[in-house]
Amino acid sequence: MSAVPVPGARGRRSASLWGLVAWAAALLFVLPIAWMVLTSLHSETDAATNPPSLGAGLTLDGYREFFGAATGASPWPALVNSLTASLVSTLLVLALAIPAAYALSIRPVRKWSDVLFFFLSTKMLPAVAGLLPVYLVAQNLGLLDNVWLMVLLYTSMNLPIAVWMMRSFLAEIPVAILEAAAIDGAGLPAVFRRIVIPVSAPGIAATSLICFIFSWNEMLFARVLTGVRSVTAPVFLTSFVTSQGLFLAKVCAAAVVVSLPVLVAGFAAQDRLVQGLSLGAVK
Amino acid sequence: MTGTSSTVTEKVRGRAAVRAVPARTAGPGRAAAWARRGPLMPALVFMVVVTQLPFVATLVISFTDWNALYPDRRGFTGLTNYADVFGDAGLRASVLTTVWLTAGVVLVSLVLGLGLALLLDRRFRGRGLVRTMLIAPFLLVPVASALLWKHALYNPEYGLFNGALSWLWQLFGSERPPQPDWITSMPLGAIGASLVWQWTPFMMLILLAGLQSRSTEAVEAARVDGANAWQVFRFLTLPHLRRYLELAALLGSVYVVQNFDAVFTLTSGGLGTANLPYTIYESFYKAHDYGRASAAGVVVVAGTIVVATLALRLVSTLLKEESS
Repeated sequence: MSAVPVPGARGRRSASLWGLVAWAAALLFVLPIAWMVLTSLHSETDAATNPPSLGAGLTLDGYREFFGAATGASPWPALVNSLTASLVSTLLVLALAIPAAYALSIRPVRKWSDVLFFFLSTKMLPAVAGLLPVYLVAQNLGLLDNVWLMVLLYTSMNLPIAVWMMRSFLAEIPVAILEAAAIDGAGLPAVFRRIVIPVSAPGIAATSLICFIFSWNEMLFARVLTGVRSVTAPVFLTSFVTSQGLFLAKVCAAAVVVSLPVLVAGFAAQDRLVQGLSLGAVK
Repeated sequence: MTGTSSTVTEKVRGRAAVRAVPARTAGPGRAAAWARRGPLMPALVFMVVVTQLPFVATLVISFTDWNALYPDRRGFTGLTNYADVFGDAGLRASVLTTVWLTAGVVLVSLVLGLGLALLLDRRFRGRGLVRTMLIAPFLLVPVASALLWKHALYNPEYGLFNGALSWLWQLFGSERPPQPDWITSMPLGAIGASLVWQWTPFMMLILLAGLQSRSTEAVEAARVDGANAWQVFRFLTLPHLRRYLELAALLGSVYVVQNFDAVFTLTSGGLGTANLPYTIYESFYKAHDYGRASAAGVVVVAGTIVVATLALRLVSTLLKEESS
C-alpha cells in the first residue's frame, strides 16, 4: 500500500486523523440509507414529524402495508416478475457469453478485438434510442406486457458487460492446462465442463451478480413495455406513492425490500465490482 | 474506432498467436475457422438482431411523419422531424440540461471519489467496513434512491433536511427555522445531488483500483528525497491516476447521460429538468409522435458517439497494456 509508515508520534496522529475523516465520510454517505431503514420501522405518523422523531417506537406496520395488509395489492407478482426477468436473463447471458469469451480470448477468431469492441459499443449507445422500435416490434408480435420480452431485453443489455468480464477472467486460465486437455483429445464441450467453467467459477459468479443487479434495477424499458401482469419491482415501487394520506414509512419499507436483493448481491461481489463496472478494463 | 482496435490487434496478436499454435497445426482452412467462430456466433447474432436492428428502425422512422394518434397520415417527410427537433426550444433546452446534469454530476462525484479513494488508500482501523459503507449508495436500486431523496430527505414538511434544520434551530432556542422547498428552489441541483451520492462510490472504486496498482517504490524514493505529501500527490499520484480518472469520467458520463429514473421520480421532467432520455420517453409515451421521438433518439446517439469513441479508445489502450 502507499501508506508508508511514517515514524514518530506526529505521523501516527495524522494517520489516525485521516482515518477519522474516512469514517465521518462513510457515516455521511450511509446516513440516508440508515434513515430510510429507521423510517421504514416507524409508524406513518412518527415518520412524518418535523423535527424527526428519532426515538419513536418501532413497528413493522410499514412492511405489513407494503405486503398489502390494507389494500390487498400484493407486491409478490412484481417481485416474482423481477426475479424471473433477472435470473433467467442472467442464465441466458452466461450461456451466450462464456462460449463467446472463449472464442475471443482462449482460441481467438480473426479480428477478435474488433468483435470485442463491437460488443462494447452497443453498451455505450443510449438504450432510450431503441425504445420505440422495440415497442413497435413487441406490439406486432403480441409481446407487450410479457415478462419474457424483458428477459430478452435484459439479456441484450448485459451481454456486452458479461463478454468483456468473462474475457478478462478466461484470459487468466493458464495455457498449460488447456494444452494438456487438447493433447488428451478433449472436445470443446469437455474443455468447457472440465476446465473453463470450474477454473473461472469465481469470475462467473461475479459476472452473474453484476448482470443480476443491472436487470433488477432497470426501469425505463420496464415502464414502457410492462403493463399489468408483467410489472417489475422498480415500476411497482413508483406506483406506490399516493397523493393522499401519509405514505413515507410504507415507501421506505418498499424501498428497503426492493433494494435488499441488490445490496446482498453487491456486497457479495464487491471485490469484483470494479472489474464489472469498468467492463474488465480495471482489475 | 476500427483504427484503434486494429492497432490493438497487431500488438496483442503476439500473445494470441502463442495460444493459437495447437489449433493451427490441427487443421487449417475454412472448417477450422468456423470451428473457432462457432462458440462466438450465438452471442454475436443475438446482439446484432436485438441491438442493431432497432437502431436501423429508429433511423428509418426518424424520416417519416408518424403519430400513433393519426395513423392514416403516415409518410416520408425527409428531414422535417430533425428540423422539428432542432427547432423545438424545449428539446434544445433538454440537450443543455443533459449536458449540465452529466458534466456536473460526473465532475463533482469524480472529485469526491478521488478524495475518498485517497482516504481509503491509507491503512486505518475498520477500512474494510468503511469501504463497504461507502459502496452502499451505489447498490441501492436507482428508483428507490430517487424516492428516498424525494420523500424522506427533500420533502419540505417532513424531510430529513428540513427536520435537521428545525432541530438545529431549536437547539439554539429559535422558533423559526428556515424550511426551504429543496426541489422547487433548485430542481436540477436536487437531482444532481442525489446522483452524486449514487455515483461517487463508482468513481471511488475505479480510482482506488488505480491507486492500488501503482508501485510504492517511486513514492518511497520521493519521500526519501524530501518530497512532501502535496508534491507526491501532484507529481506522482496524479499522473499515474490520469488514465483512471479519464476512464471513470467517461464511463460515468455514458451511464449518467442515460439517466431516467432520477428525473422521472424527482421532478417528472418539470421545472426545466427534462433531459433527453426523459424528453424522448415523453414524446413517445405521451404525445405518441413516433417520428419525432426517433429523430431525437438519433440525435442522442450522435451526441453520445463522441463520448463513446473516446471511452472505447481509452479502454483499448488499457487492453493493450494488459496484454503487452
